[in-house]
Amino acid sequence: MFEPEIADIRFGTGLSPSIAPPASVADMLSGLTGPDAMAARFPIESFDEFRPRITAFNLARRTRNKNRGTPVGDKADKERKALVKSARSAYADFFRNALLRRIHTETGLRERLAFFWGDHFTAHGKVMIIKWSTSPYIESAIRPHITGKFEDLLIAAVTHPLMLHYLDQNISIGPNSPAGKRAQKKGQTKGLNENLAREVLELHTLGVGGPYSQDDVRQLAELFTGMTYNKEGAFNFNKNLAEPGAETVLGSAYGSDTAQVEDIHAALRALARHPVTARHIASKLARHFISDTPDPALIAAMETAYLDNDGALMPVYEAMLTHPASWQTTAQNVKLPLDFIATALRALEINDQYLGRTREKELRNALYIPLQIMGQPWEKPTGPDGWPEENNHWITPQFMAARLQWALAAPQALRRTLPDPRAFASAALGNRLPQDVRFAAEAAENRWEGIALVLSSPAFQRQ
Amino acid sequence: MTKTLSRRGFLTKAAVLGCSAAASPLLTPVTMASAPGDRRLVVIILRGGMDGIDVLRPWGDPHFKALRPNLAADQKNNVQLTDFHGMHKGLKDLMPLWKKGELGFVQATSTPYRDKRSHFDGQDLLEAGTAELAHLGDRTGWLNRMLPHLPGAQERTAFALGREDMLLLTGDAPVSNWSPEVDLTLSAQGLRLLELTMQSDPAMGAAMAEAIALAGSDGDSVTFDIEGEGMRGMMDEMQSDAQAARKGKPHLKIADFAAEQLQQETRIASFSIGGWDTHANQHRGLNTPLKRLSETILQLRDKMGPRIWQQTTVLCMTEFGRTVRENGTKGTDHGTGGTMIMAGGAIKGGRVYGQWSGLGPTDLYQDRDLMPTSDVRTWAAWAMHDSFGIPQSALERDVFAGLDMGSSPGLLL
Repeated sequence: MFEPEIADIRFGTGLSPSIAPPASVADMLSGLTGPDAMAARFPIESFDEFRPRITAFNLARRTRNKNRGTPVGDKADKERKALVKSARSAYADFFRNALLRRIHTETGLRERLAFFWGDHFTAHGKVMIIKWSTSPYIESAIRPHITGKFEDLLIAAVTHPLMLHYLDQNISIGPNSPAGKRAQKKGQTKGLNENLAREVLELHTLGVGGPYSQDDVRQLAELFTGMTYNKEGAFNFNKNLAEPGAETVLGSAYGSDTAQVEDIHAALRALARHPVTARHIASKLARHFISDTPDPALIAAMETAYLDNDGALMPVYEAMLTHPASWQTTAQNVKLPLDFIATALRALEINDQYLGRTREKELRNALYIPLQIMGQPWEKPTGPDGWPEENNHWITPQFMAARLQWALAAPQALRRTLPDPRAFASAALGNRLPQDVRFAAEAAENRWEGIALVLSSPAFQRQ
Repeated sequence: MTKTLSRRGFLTKAAVLGCSAAASPLLTPVTMASAPGDRRLVVIILRGGMDGIDVLRPWGDPHFKALRPNLAADQKNNVQLTDFHGMHKGLKDLMPLWKKGELGFVQATSTPYRDKRSHFDGQDLLEAGTAELAHLGDRTGWLNRMLPHLPGAQERTAFALGREDMLLLTGDAPVSNWSPEVDLTLSAQGLRLLELTMQSDPAMGAAMAEAIALAGSDGDSVTFDIEGEGMRGMMDEMQSDAQAARKGKPHLKIADFAAEQLQQETRIASFSIGGWDTHANQHRGLNTPLKRLSETILQLRDKMGPRIWQQTTVLCMTEFGRTVRENGTKGTDHGTGGTMIMAGGAIKGGRVYGQWSGLGPTDLYQDRDLMPTSDVRTWAAWAMHDSFGIPQSALERDVFAGLDMGSSPGLLL
């Protein structure tokens, strides 16, 4: 059952030489509902704080395009470039602070859950400026909801402007809506886009094996029409785009001729409470934290907690953390590259003293690009299904080589002096330090290889 | 006949390390049985659902223009191939191949995937090559299932390239994986200790051993003796490699590595090119992936040289085609029937294979998609049959269980 070191390694952001692991499951859970100390100490812009960057950029670009070659155009172009520079620098700070939260936190589970749900609701921008807004989206739509009910998380994520943009909802128009009819009269082809509706069913709620048909996708897409965002990048329900009439999703009818966003919320709540969704969410959490093939009893316990509590997530986490299968001593899952890098930085105490001062370029070369080469470019999974969970996706020659390459080079680039590899081995692996890794750390002919041997060891790479 | 893996890389490594390190299991020189046959097969997965009728345009179909008021408004963006077909201008650099018979197409083809139109399932089904999707974790790839039928096949016979783990080559038969942007630098002692720490974890150990072998076989030198200040230099090198990969064209690095391996023992290479999911403004959006694809094919040809190119078949397959009608955002949505692209000196190109199903009101699948007239697996099966002499019965039983290949379309020379 519960063991402090496993709590930090499997459910947190790794062992730290200076931060004590949680003392109990109760400690882990109360950490989640307590004040968000890391968000306060290492702030990331909310989406509302980020939005004006998008508006200002679009305005500067439009002005530049209309006034090319004139002083007005040149001024707008300078503004545009300055906005890009500032947003890019903000993006680097989001990355830096996301890592620093993992390095300094006493409630690592919060960081892991924020990542898990951000990945479950993968969204990222496809054009300038908005492409740097994933962290603000997670900060606003995901992080505040990870201890609440799944349905509230679902609604916050699915109706978020970044999600509407990412899955093309903002350009979906009901064919019989006022805007659709107007377009038809003018001979324009504007219409429905099924992307978001499909992913809500396939990825966010029921899962791809779920009991839905192409008709349900189509009906949900019609129900979703009207959801868009305004010029300021804020959510906007535009009735002109909404398909009139009720839509039937999984046998229940939603909406009427008077379109309203509440009908969309009602459909999302029903999907969230569906038993197939409960199972999907329970198994995905178990796979993420424990194993590619979790104990069916563990999944069942989490599923029951979900259904008994109307999808409240705290009881689901509690069911996971109080189940014996979660505390098996043999680590199963290989860390994702982000976990690998962040736990390494935490064990090495490459903390805000170092990273706080690291220049953008160095951050990029030592952390951001290596993540790409390890197969996990930060906040940019290839599709809306997020990152693969299976070990065999990550245990490949090229990804293992990329981790070893990073473990050899990056610690020394980021810290002026490296710790003694022997002490580091104990700090990084605690009671779980295997004999062979202890020996390798001692026998290494130089410090950086000693450190790299610890970081690349299976004991460190698995959680 | 046997030969030693990767002349340059391995010899450099062995010379630096001396005997004792070279005897370590992580470094045991891989000896090669002679490779199976002389033919090469490259399979490129086009992820995102390539719009087959925008790439290979059926101008001869009377309904085509009306269905696509923006995308088929005029022929400015077009290279005419036959009386019936045009080609998207994004592939214009491949025109010399078409003229030489080294570029061909299959029209109106698809996997057996229907109706849910999910990228992820569609791609998995394409790579699994099955009629239905097996459970996650039980899926294997058809290219992997073909390997046991290649006499003399071993790990280096087939290469999956790039950052992703390709289902297409996943399975029981051993294959190689590599991402050409990684380099390793470790002392002899460090390497021995690494071998020790990896012993407790067979899966990770095997991947690491392969990594060490490949890092030494990519033609870049693997420096094993680092002086004190060498670390800084290595960091710089790591950064410049990473930057080159990002700024440069990763698909060309992959093509280079593939060509290098295909000149040696490798007979099969597979990787993917993304960017085909053109839901909006397809007019602009399709240019980028098409350029990537045509650059990749030309780089393969140029780097492998004429002798190997003559032995090579390149198949470019996508998970599904797209809706025949434009959507409301000047793009297209997920559909069914699509196009397969073929290239290589071994193919009988300069022609379009497969029956055309038509774009008339009653011709479409579910009144929205191009109706497929063939199963894309049959073309892949015949390419494997003609390349490696694998019996039709084995292909229909083990590689694509239950597939009826029909009679030979005569794809290859």
